Amino acid sequence: MQNNNVEPSFLEYKGKYKGIFSWILSTDHKRIAILYLFSLLTFFATGATLGLLMKLELIAPGKTIMTAQTYNAFFTLHGIIMIFAVVIPGLPAVFGNFLLPIMIGAKDVAFPRLNLLSWYFYVTGVTLVLISQFTGQGPPDTGWTFYAPYSFRTTGNMLPAVFGAFVLGFSSILTGLNFLVTIHRMRAPGMTWLKMPLFPWTLYATGWVQLLATPIIGITLLMIIAERTLHIGFFDPTLGGDPLLYQHLFWTYSHPAVYIMILPAMGAISEIIPTFCHKTIFGYKFIVASSIAIAFVGYFIWGHHMFTSGMSGTALYTFSLLTFIVAIPSAIKVFNWIATMHKGSIDLQTPFYWAVGFLFVFMIGGFTGLILGSLATDIHLHNTHFVVAHFHFIVFGGTGFAFFGAMHYWYPKITGKMYDSRWANTGLIIFFAGFITLYGEMIFLGMKGMPRRYYDYDEVFHTGNIFSSLGAVVMYFGLAVIIINLISSLRNGAKAPADPWGGKTLEWTIPSPPPVENFNEIPVITKGPYDYK
Amino acid sequence: MNTILVTHRDDLASKTGMWLFLFTEMLLFGGLFIVYTVYRYRNQVAFHQAAHELSVIIGTINTIILLISSTTIAMSITAIQKKNKKLALLLLGTTILLGLAFLVNKYFEWGEHFKEHIYPGSAVLALRGHGDVLFYGLYFFMTGLHALHIIIGLIFILVIAMSIFNDKINSENYVLLENSGLYWHLVDLIWIFLFPLFYLIT
Repeated sequence: MQNNNVEPSFLEYKGKYKGIFSWILSTDHKRIAILYLFSLLTFFATGATLGLLMKLELIAPGKTIMTAQTYNAFFTLHGIIMIFAVVIPGLPAVFGNFLLPIMIGAKDVAFPRLNLLSWYFYVTGVTLVLISQFTGQGPPDTGWTFYAPYSFRTTGNMLPAVFGAFVLGFSSILTGLNFLVTIHRMRAPGMTWLKMPLFPWTLYATGWVQLLATPIIGITLLMIIAERTLHIGFFDPTLGGDPLLYQHLFWTYSHPAVYIMILPAMGAISEIIPTFCHKTIFGYKFIVASSIAIAFVGYFIWGHHMFTSGMSGTALYTFSLLTFIVAIPSAIKVFNWIATMHKGSIDLQTPFYWAVGFLFVFMIGGFTGLILGSLATDIHLHNTHFVVAHFHFIVFGGTGFAFFGAMHYWYPKITGKMYDSRWANTGLIIFFAGFITLYGEMIFLGMKGMPRRYYDYDEVFHTGNIFSSLGAVVMYFGLAVIIINLISSLRNGAKAPADPWGGKTLEWTIPSPPPVENFNEIPVITKGPYDYK
Repeated sequence: MNTILVTHRDDLASKTGMWLFLFTEMLLFGGLFIVYTVYRYRNQVAFHQAAHELSVIIGTINTIILLISSTTIAMSITAIQKKNKKLALLLLGTTILLGLAFLVNKYFEWGEHFKEHIYPGSAVLALRGHGDVLFYGLYFFMTGLHALHIIIGLIFILVIAMSIFNDKINSENYVLLENSGLYWHLVDLIWIFLFPLFYLIT
């Protein structure tokens, strides 16, 4: 027990294991977060490369670089990896794990070993999905939605992929469960519910969605497995089953899952904006309430994925109305963020640029969502590139921008180093230009009627696709700049102070990188989270 | 250096976590109950008649077995609170035996169906029409998944029993026993719903 005064940081303290085992056997929430970060970035790079290859295929009509079957396999794998292995775990697993205990003044999550177990489930799930690519009779080609009856008729190697998604769901449930209990039981003394920062609040809302929605997809995927292996007939019309029932069950999970992706993103933005405006967040209670409202209403709108599948008129109107209603709490948050900036003393740093970029693309995503939520326009736009554009504006634009924003915001805290903000900003500008060209063009292609999920298209869509594909190349390049800058700053960056941005939440009160135990003494909370004078 | 990580124990947190996990289990079966409801509504006559073929006697015996086993595991918690290690182990042993008895009954019950060529994907079953295919498909899938939960529960209880034997679980620290009790009650509860849905509504 030498050096009693200086506690080792979590990066130095290795516990009882050496080398890589000090990471993969560690139950420290900070180390687990880093494990998630590295695995997630690897899968993200894989998914992004698949996406780039698909866009290159679409640069000209007809076969360009891959066959139709390869294209089908690529969009399936791109979807499974990006949805189940990147954006669903995304912010909760990386930044939630790292920061939730610190932001609520705790030393770890409630169940540290369970936390490590969920990382193992995560890696196992992705491994199963990847195994499906190289074994059996060819990779899965159903799209990430595994729609019945094709998912049990295709010769593609569905079983490992579907089971992999099931295991990933398990990982997601355990993370959500862990966070819920942590927030209920481990807040620092004095931190009442309404003194809790907004990122933990969104993780709390997300935790409930993870917990209550994921089992539905779990059982649905098990039914697909049973259908393929035992021919039970749940969704097979030749045996009396109903494929439409599959769609209902699938979207009962997969629509709330969209809020698993976006809620923590909103939480991260709610942290970044007050810090760089040096101003208390506007309407704290409204942001809290709108997170809960989104999580709640999000359960009842799955039907809007199925407007063209066949439903009663009453069901159609109800789902459409509820879709419009869920837009209200999201809009409340946007207004609150803008109002926070009003008369703030804004410090223009990289994370703030990401947050502003988030607002811009999130609003495009939101408005295109309303167009798809209206019954009449959806009939025209369903299954076109418009849907793909909307989805990427929300999930890549919303969650992705927030993820990179969070990465640049908390990077000094996590690594103890500052990054080069000139390169970070350059990367962001290139990325943003590519992003808008790629997905903005898709909106117009979709309105003109270009369908999704085809490797080929009519000559009239050619010009638009050239723009879109070039945008993809630019965006990919921008991503590379951003990530290389972050990696090289690990070595070359200046040492980060405890509070480089002037943040007020608890993580900025402890050294960067945080010591193993986070806090020498558990703090007593007397003020609200964004206490700027 | 190794002493800086203090072990943290919070029994209420463990129990909260277990309850949340039970929610997910209920929703897992909830998905199947929805599917059951839809197909029962669409194939009322076939479901009605197929239910007559299941053995209400075995079903009733299994229900009683599970109810008793829930009692014994609850009693073992009281026993450990009263520091009666032997009695707690005896009651847990009874629970395990009862769980195994349930599985044995299930084995013979399924065996009878298989003898009559009634199993998912069988040609004989397919000839009988969509309603029967769905009824038996759901029957095998739901009771099968339930049996899998019984097996997992039995493994948990066995591990718990060994921890009691080694004094790792004692009158001071028995939250794991309580949690496996909660899990076992849930498995019991699901059966309480499966039993009438498949055997009794005729």
